[in-house]
Amino acid sequence: MHNIAVLTELSALDLSRWQFGLTTIYHFLFVPLTIGMVFLVAIMQTVWYKTGNEKFLKMTKLFGKIFLINFAMGVVTGIVQEFQFGMNWSDYSRFVGDVFGAPLAMEGLLAFFFEATFIGLWIFGWDRLPKGIHLATIWMTALGVSLSAYFILAANAFMQNPVGFEINEAKNRAELTDIGAVLTNVVALNQFPHTITASLMFAGAVIVSVAAYHLKRNQFVDSMYTSLRFGLWTVLVGGAGTVLSGDGLGLAMVATQPMKMAAAEALYETSSPAAFSLFTLGTPDGKTELFSVKIPYLLSFLSTHTLDGEVEGLNDLQAQYETLYGPGDYMPVIWITYWAFRWMIGLGVLSALIAVVGLVITRKGRIQLPKWTWNTAIWAAPIPVLAISIGWLFTEMGRQPWIVFKLMKTADAVSPGINGVDVLISLIVFTLIYGVLAVVELKLLLAAAQAGPVEEKQSKDEDQLAVAY
Amino acid sequence: MQLQEIWFLIVGFLFIGYFVLDGFDFGVGMSLPFIAKDDTDRRVLINTIGPVWDLNETWVIVAGAALFAAFPEWYASLFSGFYLALLLILAALIARGVAFEYRGKGHTIGANEVRWKATFDWMIVIGSALPALLWGVAFANIVQGVPLNEDHVYTGTLFTLLNPYGLLGGLVTLTLFWTHGLMFIGLKTEGEIQVRARELAHKVGLVATALAATFLLWTLFAITATRELFVLGLVLTAVAALSLIGGLVANRLERSGIAFSLLALTIVTGVGALFAALFPYVLPSTIDDAFSLTVENARSSDYTLGVMTWVAVIMIPLVLLYQGWTYWVFRKRVSRKSIPVGAH
Ligand code: HDD
Ligand code: HEM
Ligand code: HEM
Repeated sequence: MHNIAVLTELSALDLSRWQFGLTTIYHFLFVPLTIGMVFLVAIMQTVWYKTGNEKFLKMTKLFGKIFLINFAMGVVTGIVQEFQFGMNWSDYSRFVGDVFGAPLAMEGLLAFFFEATFIGLWIFGWDRLPKGIHLATIWMTALGVSLSAYFILAANAFMQNPVGFEINEAKNRAELTDIGAVLTNVVALNQFPHTITASLMFAGAVIVSVAAYHLKRNQFVDSMYTSLRFGLWTVLVGGAGTVLSGDGLGLAMVATQPMKMAAAEALYETSSPAAFSLFTLGTPDGKTELFSVKIPYLLSFLSTHTLDGEVEGLNDLQAQYETLYGPGDYMPVIWITYWAFRWMIGLGVLSALIAVVGLVITRKGRIQLPKWTWNTAIWAAPIPVLAISIGWLFTEMGRQPWIVFKLMKTADAVSPGINGVDVLISLIVFTLIYGVLAVVELKLLLAAAQAGPVEEKQSKDEDQLAVAY
Repeated sequence: MQLQEIWFLIVGFLFIGYFVLDGFDFGVGMSLPFIAKDDTDRRVLINTIGPVWDLNETWVIVAGAALFAAFPEWYASLFSGFYLALLLILAALIARGVAFEYRGKGHTIGANEVRWKATFDWMIVIGSALPALLWGVAFANIVQGVPLNEDHVYTGTLFTLLNPYGLLGGLVTLTLFWTHGLMFIGLKTEGEIQVRARELAHKVGLVATALAATFLLWTLFAITATRELFVLGLVLTAVAALSLIGGLVANRLERSGIAFSLLALTIVTGVGALFAALFPYVLPSTIDDAFSLTVENARSSDYTLGVMTWVAVIMIPLVLLYQGWTYWVFRKRVSRKSIPVGAH
């Protein structure tokens, strides 16, 4: 009997981790497209508003449609996220709710209401609102989306680098003492530009892909060529932004979670200067190296901005943590963090490179290009979102075994009342629903993209156009 | 008034807002098979809530987050305890949300339009009815109390929640939201569909009245009477009853605006009566009163509640203002003529 109890408890933890990881990664497939696209659509609509050039109206409507199909998924999957802290991680919620709940509630009151209201006005307001006000509604939506990203990142940053709190021993929980500190957490300040620029990369790549699809077929050339260039520039600028902000994030990470940087590099021994490992073949646990390519000094530079700065190694940190927090394994799974860090950067650099080549070969209106170039552009769209998912895997798995760094272990956070069977049921339900939705969503997105900037049936009856369903 | 009491009020306010707003769009969703004769009718119905359902649903997210911030212990015990019930609600809300967005898009991917739409229409109906029922079950159980152990951990199962009082609570919200939705349709449409909506609102409304009366009296005498706010509970119950009857009369007199508003008042005061019954508990334990969660032992620290009070005091009026504006912008009635011919 005792064994069964242990088994169900164990699996409730593992299954909850799987469920949280899966549902969050899924949520964050749609969110970056929302974040990036809302700005790009707002820019298109602004240009149309200023110049009256119909081409930009067509672009606004086409990419606006893609934005909306995607937005719906962000919203429905977001509700699950909000509930899961209580459902699966109730001891976590008890322990940090006093601190962590505040940014979440602020996100709701300041951002979610705002987004949901103005998006509705934008969708249904095309013919109800004066043009200027209608334009303002998309910018308001963009503001809401950014606020929402900031607050949720501030909440997440608390888990990476807890600040602005005090432990209340009597109540056995963390209590907020400084909301300003929580909202200006150095990790959040760096995560935000990194996430926004990464999202712009993804949205840009989607625009490029759609435009390439039509240019390959020589259709809608006017608006699609402009879209192509716009998308390519966005990927490039976004790429530069992610690299710059990633550098800042790296510094913040070394300062707050040195174990994660050591894990990202599979750096077992403290070194100064430390080399950045580009590529390694080794035993599966990463402990023995068989072959590797290294760039001298680079890791020291990334971590400290000096060439010979000391970078702490895993073994030292492990020993240090054992004295501080008692016996246990304080290393995340090294091969995951090591490879995730490389794939995040590598895929990002790859899409930026594709954008550079694209910008060069399509200069001055050139679109008579070999098919394979178009196909590359079409199929390159998911590369940034892959980099994003992998980046989050790195961030979240690199924090393990902690759920709140140095304060609470993931194993202590799971809901005590739920059993493995319940979580298994929910995991299956979410997997099935999300799986079906992924197929439908993808088909609809592709259909909208392939239809291109279709002529809207212009009607004088304002009543008719107010209907969207 | 102390901070935890203010937050009990704010959380109550947010849930009431949610039930008033998403309640009527659940009601509209449930009405699809009953008062729509063809696809154009169904589109009329869906378009009455088109610009606002997402906004309405957002209230539950904010209510949940406010619960988390202000009463973490309540949020933790409730959400983990009601695990499977919440899973059902989430699945329903997901199905409903995507169904609204996707039902009109089947033609773009060459699907069989009739079957495509029929599938999503059923998702809207079930996705509306299930949460309308389950929220009532959940709230009735919150008020009545659930088996919480000394660590505030729920020890029951999904079936513990399906007790007579809980089920009755579910049927009350189901029928009340449905009536409210039908009155909204009465207000927002014209022609035959409006007539059918009023007819059905009357019938469902009578059932709702009988159920709600039983439930509210049960609550008042079996529960509120044992707690602190009996008089308030009594007043709220009375107002709920009067406004419900008034709403049905107004509906009969074809005064849809008044009927809709009175029913909104019924839901405000009815759910208000539940919160009055609950106070000062937030989740009573049926195992031992000492294990119960109250505003006192479930609350956040003074500092957190203080900060959040500022945020709420500034933001809530603003939110009401711009949401009110949205309803104003989309105040026009939707009719069959508004649905473009040959479009999807
Ligand atoms: C297109 C996507 C993309 C690209 C090209 C990059 N990143 Fe990134 N990175 C992310 C997308 C991302 C992300 C998914 O958005 C993360 C997860 C958490 C976060 O805030 O951003 C992330 C996290 C993340 C972290 C972890 C922070 C933490 O755990 O606290 C570091 C240190 C970096 N990045 C550093 C970089 C560097 C140095 C890059 C380039 C040279 C880089 N990233 C490119
Ligand atoms: C959207 C981007 C995010 C992704 C893709 C992501 C991904 C993940 C993954 C894969 C895990 C499982 C890690 C493991 O168990 O080994 C996880 C855990 C978790 N994450 Fe995130 N996460 C994201 C953002 C956030 C944010 C913004 C928060 C909080 C506000 C958060 C809170 C958590 C919590 C509570 C857990 C569960 C405990 C744990 O396993 O550590 N995550 N996340
Ligand atoms: C695990 C933690 C997370 C939770 C609890 C969460 C919660 C939610 C909720 C409830 C919604 C729906 C809002 C609505 O109805 O309008 C939503 C959507 C959204 N979330 Fe998340 N989210 C999480 C992770 C993230 C992250 C990491 C970001 C950004 C960096 C993010 C950004 C957004 C944005 C911009 C939206 C707007 C709509 C859309 O996604 O398409 N979320 N989220």
